[in-house]
Amino acid sequence: MTLPSFSTEDDPGPNFVALIKEYGVEPLKVQHPVDNLAHGTTCVAIRYKDGVVLAGDRRATSGHHISHRTLEKVFQSDTFSGVAISGAAGPAIEMVKLFQLQLEHYEKVEGKSLSLEGKANQLSTMIRQNLPAAMQGMVVIPLFAGFDTREKIGRIFQYDVTGGRYEEKSFATTGSGSLHATTVIKLGFKTELSSSDATELAANAIFEASEEDAATGGPDLIRDVFPTISLITKDGYSPVPHSDVSLIFNRIIENRISRNGDHK
Amino acid sequence: MNMPFYVSPEQMMEDRADYARKGIARGRALIAVSFKRGILIVAENPSNTLHKVSEIYDRIAFAGVGKYNEFDQLRIAGVRHADLKGYSFSRDDVDARSLANQYAQMLGHIFTHEMKPMEVEILVAEVDFEGENLRNQMFHILYDGTVKDESSFAVLGGESDAIFERFQTLHKSNMPLKKAINACIDALTAGERDIEPDDLEVAELSIQNGRRAFRRIAASEIQELIN
Repeated sequence: MTLPSFSTEDDPGPNFVALIKEYGVEPLKVQHPVDNLAHGTTCVAIRYKDGVVLAGDRRATSGHHISHRTLEKVFQSDTFSGVAISGAAGPAIEMVKLFQLQLEHYEKVEGKSLSLEGKANQLSTMIRQNLPAAMQGMVVIPLFAGFDTREKIGRIFQYDVTGGRYEEKSFATTGSGSLHATTVIKLGFKTELSSSDATELAANAIFEASEEDAATGGPDLIRDVFPTISLITKDGYSPVPHSDVSLIFNRIIENRISRNGDHK
Repeated sequence: MNMPFYVSPEQMMEDRADYARKGIARGRALIAVSFKRGILIVAENPSNTLHKVSEIYDRIAFAGVGKYNEFDQLRIAGVRHADLKGYSFSRDDVDARSLANQYAQMLGHIFTHEMKPMEVEILVAEVDFEGENLRNQMFHILYDGTVKDESSFAVLGGESDAIFERFQTLHKSNMPLKKAINACIDALTAGERDIEPDDLEVAELSIQNGRRAFRRIAASEIQELIN
């Protein structure tokens, strides 16, 4: 590999996606529908007093078949933001990888990070570029959340398949279990939630979605695999440790068992 | 018919080298040194926005002296090269040695083929593990593509010979941050003039900073570290 050099007209600037295009790497183009791709499912984002909590389950399905039980769907995109994915697993993970690289590449070339708004727009463009593939069944719908260091607040962005970008003031969900997750969050949401309450609400939403939706995975006690939960605050992105997540879900399970009482 | 004057190849190279050296000598110097936490780079730079020292990749930093637009062009090419390589292969496959070779190729080519050589001297620094031990590498690349491989310290820019000699007496291996930064400042100023933290650009490359080892040291922190 030689050093990339471009004439002034062809210079891709700080855009990594434009740079790889110069090297012949094009976004996925599909001519025919692809069957039985692995799909990922329920993710939620909730705003609370210090920022945003982002959570997602771990299951990927291909039709009725469970193809992965430990898939990560919540990713750190840079210091102050994270992205959670639903849809076709392969293209979604590739999109996240490119998005992470894009943010870091911009930061290094320009010497400062993009604004949160700029990052959200960048993701929008990537989803739009995926539209031809989405028409063939490879839909990717991410959630984007981050701490806006200029406004000093947590912000959440939701998307549609055309790259349409919608900012949500309190919470957002995506994936096949999102209907159930939304109901749970709606019932438990308050403004200025504490970090532990927000984490628990997110866990409950994922749990409920996994109960009602076959394509969403719940806590897997056999393999000790739990949904992913991360917090994004003024101190940056931090995943909630496995031991804490395990505790939260075990509490939810105990609570559900105790509700049954003697009527077994 | 007019005949062009004959210029011997030796003379031509000598002239180009002189031209490049003059351009570099006009700028302020910088020192890169291995210290306890990794590699420290201290540059005299009155600008807070036009950086001489920057991040290339997870464990690789770049420093340049001479003509700003020329070394910045090299820096961006380096970031692109590293990000492309990390994307096509893996993050672990991006290394300073191959990047330094690419830079050397490019500078060497420009030195012999273009109208004017680049008036720059650059440094590619990398911190990495070699088994259990930390291994620091610094590649000092000159305007004509000459590569020098250093492991303890390197001096780039104007008056670099005098600064090199001064720093040699001050340098110790495994210095803590405070000591290393003061030694660099003493060597840069010869102890004869004061330098404001605002006129310094300092950055460290340390595995302890996590995946992205590069960290800028702000003027307020420099102030606390200066004696």
